[in-house]
Amino acid sequence: MIIGEPAHLPDGPDRGGPAQPLLSVRDLVKHFPVKGKGLFGKGAVVRAVDGVSFDIRKGETLGVVGESGCGKSTTARLLMHLIKADSGEMVFDGEKVGADLDLTAYRRQVQMVFQDSYASLNPRLTIEESIAYGPQVHGVSAAKARAKAHDLLARVGLEPGRFAGRYPHELSGGQRQRINIARALALEPRLVILDEAVSALDKSVEAQVLNLLQDLKDEFGLTYVFISHDLNVVKFIVDRVMVMYLGKVAEIGEGPAVFGAPRHPYTAALLASMPKMDPDARSAEAPLTGDPPNPINPPSGCRFHTRCALAEPVCSVQEPPLAAMEGLQEAACLMALPGSGHSRAPAPVEAAA
Amino acid sequence: MTEAVAIENLSVTFTGGSKPVRAVDGVSLSLGQGEVLALLGESGSGKSVTLRSLLRLHPPKRSRMTGSIRVAGRDVLELSPGELADFRGGVVSMIFQEPMLALDPVYTVGAQITEAIRRHEKISAADARKRALALFERVRIPSPDRRLDAYPHEMSGGMRQRAMIALALACRPSVLLADEPTTALDATVQIQILLLLRELQRELGLSIIFVTHDIGVAVEIADRIAVMYAGRVVESGSVRDVIRGPRHPYTRGLLASRVERAQKGDRLETIPGSPPDLTALPPGCAFAPRCSLAAPQCREIVPPLAEVGPAHTAACIRVAETV
Ligand SMILES: Nc1ncnc2c1ncn2[C@@H]1O[C@H](COP(=O)(O)OP(=O)(O)OP(=O)(O)O)[C@@H](O)[C@H]1O
Ligand SMILES: Nc1ncnc2c1ncn2[C@@H]1O[C@H](COP(=O)(O)OP(=O)(O)O)[C@@H](O)[C@H]1O
Ligand code: SF4
Ligand code: SF4
Ligand SMILES: [Mg+2]
Ligand SMILES: [Mg+2]
Repeated sequence: MIIGEPAHLPDGPDRGGPAQPLLSVRDLVKHFPVKGKGLFGKGAVVRAVDGVSFDIRKGETLGVVGESGCGKSTTARLLMHLIKADSGEMVFDGEKVGADLDLTAYRRQVQMVFQDSYASLNPRLTIEESIAYGPQVHGVSAAKARAKAHDLLARVGLEPGRFAGRYPHELSGGQRQRINIARALALEPRLVILDEAVSALDKSVEAQVLNLLQDLKDEFGLTYVFISHDLNVVKFIVDRVMVMYLGKVAEIGEGPAVFGAPRHPYTAALLASMPKMDPDARSAEAPLTGDPPNPINPPSGCRFHTRCALAEPVCSVQEPPLAAMEGLQEAACLMALPGSGHSRAPAPVEAAA
Repeated sequence: MTEAVAIENLSVTFTGGSKPVRAVDGVSLSLGQGEVLALLGESGSGKSVTLRSLLRLHPPKRSRMTGSIRVAGRDVLELSPGELADFRGGVVSMIFQEPMLALDPVYTVGAQITEAIRRHEKISAADARKRALALFERVRIPSPDRRLDAYPHEMSGGMRQRAMIALALACRPSVLLADEPTTALDATVQIQILLLLRELQRELGLSIIFVTHDIGVAVEIADRIAVMYAGRVVESGSVRDVIRGPRHPYTRGLLASRVERAQKGDRLETIPGSPPDLTALPPGCAFAPRCSLAAPQCREIVPPLAEVGPAHTAACIRVAETV
């Protein structure tokens, strides 16, 4: 059997042990130059990802949420090494990516599934060929790769006999997304990044794919990064969640803690904006006004201060770092930072001399 | 409540492709004055085609419409080309998911609104501009005077959506059709637009048909919900009745599979299979291949919508078993 053996095989090394994060990301930065002269003048940049640090723990599902353009997909592409970071580093199970661990070896262990199930598949390859392609590039024999493709098809719930020879246009959206998942698993990755992977599916099909993702995670000992704008789905599927705002981490912590007691005012507003499912308790007021600002010229200090109901003068001057709180929750808000000068901040830890 | 819209047995067939596609198949709906109806369904279930029928927006040579649509007492399928031009925007107007479908990129938003007003009414340019300004204030666009002179691409997503709503209201329609206008918006902006639409409905007495695939959005916006499946309405009723006591097995399955009901780690309840291909619909109930209650007679006749409670209907022959 080629697949199905979880990560503790000799060639699927769990080097650092369970406490070692699978991936540690430190100070990741990616700016994109703005084309043309435009509104913002020459040399302007989109600060898509602007100093982001977090850990992905072994075996967890880490959710990433935030409004459109806040940098979720750019973060995902940086994790995949599809684009090069301007600065920052990544450590994969104790090995620095690009130094101790070469990129080819790293890329094999990190795979991604995108929203658009159709664009991700080559229309001229049968689905069996699509799934077998990756392993063959990595030196697996054609016969073995084919056997593996059939096995994977069965595991994502598509009978190999009926589906192996079909082309992408002969499948429904949900079936195509199952193929994309099978293809991502063909290289036996340890980390799978799901960028809006269920967002385009019909609700009745989405539930099927969410069940499948949970089964595969258990079966193959996978770690997931789950990016989605659907907060209900995120709440259901993640262990921890990271909230991004304008290229920065606003808050990160255990799912129940963040969803139950958000510590960053943006997280609170985002959660309060979710449509209510109770016809007798509909929203009376929008938690935030206006749209998220442009990441080309983000506001000074705390990037959320232009929309934050609790902002004080200090918020437009001082940039809040991620401050640790009880329960391993961290929030980048001056109210969470002792002695920050915000009237709601805790007293400074050391008394001033 | 007086009827703003009454659709009777509407069918729409597209004949341009290799096989005819019956996208809407015998839909009957009614909308009271000042009421909000959500059309809820999966992609391809016929929501947008139903909505576009009200403005006769289908390609005339490649589509066939049968049945009747009455809006404010007028028979839409019988309108002459001239009457149709006044009707569009003046009686019924529409907003979309993508505002750039409604807004012209080469004119300022203000120019487009004043143009629309002056096409329908004899009114001076200055007065039309005043009306446009009032509309911008009404949809809560900040610095409205300055924003009237902006081009669509100079506005943020939420602002463009507001500008499109202002344009749709320019000629004082009584019915607003909304085709997933918040689907592409961020959560914090979506709720602002939903609340704005509710406010407009209340204050202007607008009647709204709101198409969505999102149950939560339907609950936030609507008084009544009609659930569509494969071109047919399979259930309709007040939001409370449909959400709390769904009777059609499809509606029940959709509500049961919601992640909001599950705890982390649970397996979600699912509806097996996927939505049907409209060019190859099974005979009888289109949901039968996915339905756990399906019986042999379900595959013989298309079940009609039948009363299951006060103002609550479902199209299923086994509703007795879904209480
Ligand atoms: N190749 C690129 N060139 C220029 N700008 C880019 C590029 N890729 C992304 N951006 C910009 O970087 C910012 C972050 O984009 P990103 O795709 O990461 O957002 P996102 O959080 O995934 O949003 P969404 O929820 O819409 O998917 C946006 O302002 C986007 O326009
Ligand atoms: N102009 C058209 N020509 C042919 N088929 C169409 C046309 N417009 C819509 N359809 C088909 O009608 C069906 C219903 O579409 P639609 O009403 O847009 O679905 P939705 O419920 O997602 O809004 C789909 O199968 C779609 O492909
Ligand atoms: S730092 Fe200030 S502006 Fe930023 S979230 Fe906290 S209170 Fe609001
Ligand atoms: S008519 Fe039959 S197949 Fe259709 S929903 Fe009812 S029980 Fe199911
Ligand atoms: Mg994205
Ligand atoms: Mg549609």
